[in-house]
Amino acid sequence: MSSLTGMRPGAAGTADVTACRADFPALAQDINGYPLVYLDSAASSQVPMAVIDEIARYQSHDHANVHRGVHTLSHRATEVYENARTALQRFINASRREEIVFTRGTTESINLVAQSFCRPKLRQGDRILITHLEHHSNIVPWQMVCEQTGAELVVAPIDDRGDVSPDSVVALMDERVRLLAVAHVSNALGTVLPVRELAAAAHARDITVLVDGAQAVPHMPVDVQALGADFYAFSGHKMFGPTGTGVLYGREELLDAMPPYQGGGDMILEVRFDGTTYNELPYKFEAGTPNISGAAGLAAAVAYLEAIGMNLIAEHERQLLDYLTNKLAEVEGIRLLGMAPVKASVQSFLLDDIHPHDLGTILDHQGVAIRTGHHCAMPVMDRFGIPGTARASLGLYNNRADVDALTAALEKAREIFG
Amino acid sequence: MTEPRLSTDELRQLYRELILDHARQPRHFGALGNATHSAEGLNPLCGDKLRLYLRVSGDSEIADASFEGSGCAISVASASLLTDTVIGMSSEQALELTDALVCRLTGGRSAQSNAREPELGRLRALEGVREFPARVKCATLAWHALRSAVANDKSIASTE
Repeated sequence: MSSLTGMRPGAAGTADVTACRADFPALAQDINGYPLVYLDSAASSQVPMAVIDEIARYQSHDHANVHRGVHTLSHRATEVYENARTALQRFINASRREEIVFTRGTTESINLVAQSFCRPKLRQGDRILITHLEHHSNIVPWQMVCEQTGAELVVAPIDDRGDVSPDSVVALMDERVRLLAVAHVSNALGTVLPVRELAAAAHARDITVLVDGAQAVPHMPVDVQALGADFYAFSGHKMFGPTGTGVLYGREELLDAMPPYQGGGDMILEVRFDGTTYNELPYKFEAGTPNISGAAGLAAAVAYLEAIGMNLIAEHERQLLDYLTNKLAEVEGIRLLGMAPVKASVQSFLLDDIHPHDLGTILDHQGVAIRTGHHCAMPVMDRFGIPGTARASLGLYNNRADVDALTAALEKAREIFG
Repeated sequence: MTEPRLSTDELRQLYRELILDHARQPRHFGALGNATHSAEGLNPLCGDKLRLYLRVSGDSEIADASFEGSGCAISVASASLLTDTVIGMSSEQALELTDALVCRLTGGRSAQSNAREPELGRLRALEGVREFPARVKCATLAWHALRSAVANDKSIASTE
């Protein structure tokens, strides 16, 4: 496949996932004189050389506009772009490639569903059901469509561990609920939600299911059909691909029945002043010249992940998250937030009465990059009565030495705040 | 090529005793019942949020000041130092001081002529943020709110 000629094998395919660290050039640098310890992959992951090379290769050799020209470069660009679609289809096990819509990211994917699927059919008193741990991008688009249609947003609770009990969500699935929109993995707490179970209960009540998979796709095998997701949204830049790329998976019959999201070129079959005929799936939802080089990079990221194996990555991160949580628990004055029984990749915490931003500065001073603040999940912070947390999040390239550097830096913070 | 390793000294310059003291025990903390002016300051990046209250007398003297809200050590200490400092000043003096401090922290040039440059005094303890660009807005938040409060600007003073 031409789109992979730039890929170098690196450490992919070996049993030791952490050997892949060498594939990520950004990780091999010093920050403030300390080796970079990158524990912020939940915000954005670093990019392997294979992805960088593929974008450069595409831009250097194959670039033109897609679906337009009869010339050779346009043909190549179209092939790169459409091969990327097929790669994504295979990666999440969608049944048809037409079910993969390229977007700018999870946020745009969710907004597309809110405006194109929900807005035309929601009536006064209809309900959209979410949970308390959602990212703002799985809250605000629904608030907007509720305002536009008179529908209501209903929020299922989380418990003190940050867990979502299926019963408490199912209990809210009354006859007025039209859509269930849930995270697959919580970005602030790391909770893995029982999506399969929730989707089955929703479908039994004729409720459509959207899953925000932004924090799941980089960390575990995802099979949209097995999960029972009607829509599944995710971003390229959290799965080692470029920013400005993302996917909306939607079941074909749902996408088919939806009006276009934006108007423009590429989404039409025929334009006349007395009426325009829209293009078929998935082009109906891809108005304008798409992010072709981004799609090329995203496909390279998929190939990179597949070469290592998502099961191997999930197991590596499960062990490392255990190590992280246990090591943090040993730090005096620590308070761990998000202790759900099934978690992935994320541990939020507070240290003594040190504000998370002060912690972030002290850690950065020692080369340790974490996220601090509300993590675009303000309702979660309100739930726990805190302004924010410090959050360490893992990617396939992290290892135990990273965790040890984090805990050592936390000891330094305690020293400074005395 | 390795950058020189920063020493802990810089962190200690940022988190000086005076700053930590004001962060732990903020002065003039709480709403001011008989305030004549107030404004909210918001740092959307961090979520730091505070409300500043002023009681300005007829001859435009700041007779009392207080603040409430939550934020990092730098933003709370800065607000605490602000209230401690501006009580007894005229509104005009407080604005001149604000201008001088914000310029000092952001590295800009003060609009004041050198002759009239107000003494920063204890506020120089905030200078540690100059080495930490991501934290400058924490230190200036309360001062932006002061400008809004004096102008009686109802919109929220934002660092963004």
